[in-house]
Amino acid sequence: MGFKRKDLLGTRDLSAVEIRTLLESAESFKEIAERPLKKVPALRGKTVVNLFFEPSTRTRTSFEIAAKRLSADAVNMSAATSSVVKGESLIDTVDNIQAMAPDIVVIRHRYVGAAHLIAGRIGASVINAGDGANEHPTQALLDLLTIAEHKKLEPGLTVAIIGDIAHSRVARSNIWALTTLGVTVKVCAPPTMLPRGLEEIAEICVCRRPEEALVGADVVMMLRIQLERQDRLLFPSIRDYARIFGLNRRRLELARPDAIVMHPGPMNRGVEITSEVADGERSVILNQVSNGVALRMAVLFFLGGQGA
Amino acid sequence: MSQIVENKICDSQEMGLILARIAEEIVARNQGHQKLALVGILTRGVCLARRLQRIIKDRSGRELPLGILDITLYRDDLSHATHHPVLRKTEIPFSLDDATVILVDDVLYTGRTVRSAMDGLIDFGRPQSIQLAVLVDRGCRELPIAADYVGIEVPASPQDRVMVRVEESDGFDLVTVNPRSSFEGESANGI
Repeated sequence: MGFKRKDLLGTRDLSAVEIRTLLESAESFKEIAERPLKKVPALRGKTVVNLFFEPSTRTRTSFEIAAKRLSADAVNMSAATSSVVKGESLIDTVDNIQAMAPDIVVIRHRYVGAAHLIAGRIGASVINAGDGANEHPTQALLDLLTIAEHKKLEPGLTVAIIGDIAHSRVARSNIWALTTLGVTVKVCAPPTMLPRGLEEIAEICVCRRPEEALVGADVVMMLRIQLERQDRLLFPSIRDYARIFGLNRRRLELARPDAIVMHPGPMNRGVEITSEVADGERSVILNQVSNGVALRMAVLFFLGGQGA
Repeated sequence: MSQIVENKICDSQEMGLILARIAEEIVARNQGHQKLALVGILTRGVCLARRLQRIIKDRSGRELPLGILDITLYRDDLSHATHHPVLRKTEIPFSLDDATVILVDDVLYTGRTVRSAMDGLIDFGRPQSIQLAVLVDRGCRELPIAADYVGIEVPASPQDRVMVRVEESDGFDLVTVNPRSSFEGESANGI
């Protein structure tokens, strides 16, 4: 029973019991955000270092708020203002941080496996907050927490994930976690944004057109088109992408009448999702953000409460 | 669990009498207090608080608000707990400011649970006073804490295991005291 790991590096190797333990605890942590005094002493005296080698506002702030609500001391380090710009290697940076004896290190890095490399090197618990296109486990878990507010996370539920699957660590982490719980996952992306052999490694349904993914979906998860990668010409134009793959009200009608709409942010309004849908009554996008804090509190609590 | 070696302290009928008496004492002591509330400590404290709430309503017609408190996040032994406790939901759907709070738990032992609970309560507001009601006081305090309402006093050594079972979570009402060795592996009541 429960969750007994030193690190949280991905959702791929999490068991259904571990996922449900984290979600159940996160459910209890939600209440703390509604208190007049939003702080509990559970991680008093623990140090959490947020080590972000890639830009992030939401995730970093979310981890910082989560740590502070648990009374941990949160320290932020971003690559732009660190010795990384002076040419220090990742391992040297991490060794230096380890020398300051943190209890938990939250890391985001552009290379796949960065968090794994560090976890094997330091005594502190490591949380992967995104490693390249590989995994972003806390985002997937907060997505599951949000789904669980509206739907039962069990076989029979259908989640459609539409967008740049190939470059999305959010999609990957969600696919692993959802399929572990027996949820049906349908993905849809332009062929240039679809990893080859996806159907062979995960039990998912790959659709050619978004309409096919949307039919019968209980949850629609739209992914961000990474405009910064557009120099590689993965589709002819943003306008074409919006026309063929974007989620608008008309397309959303193909999903179940009570389907919810999710987006991990930041959104490109008018590209992968219209403002009408993003701000509509079926959108739970801001709930995802609120739940992110509760979920990260649960993760920090499980990793940090065990003593180094 | 084997029940052969269990020494019974009180059964369902006696528990009913004890709770009725405690309810009576709570009402008598707090007459005129407008903001009186019950807060149970999970798990069995909540069951007992619910029963007190029902008895007080039947007797005096007064329905006291009931809160649920999980003290996990306030424990002082989190960093050396061997297995991680599962967090449950705290629900205090009323303001504690200026309220008189009756904190309810099943067993009073070291006093550490009560200390955690008071820390938790104070995070929700500034109660005018906090009173403590327990079904069993087994002694061996490690902190300067005393109960205002005590069901039964069972002087027990730290080697003994005092168990409270209530119908809502265990299927039947029973209080027992046993030497620890006969209950190896079962979780203790209170920390």
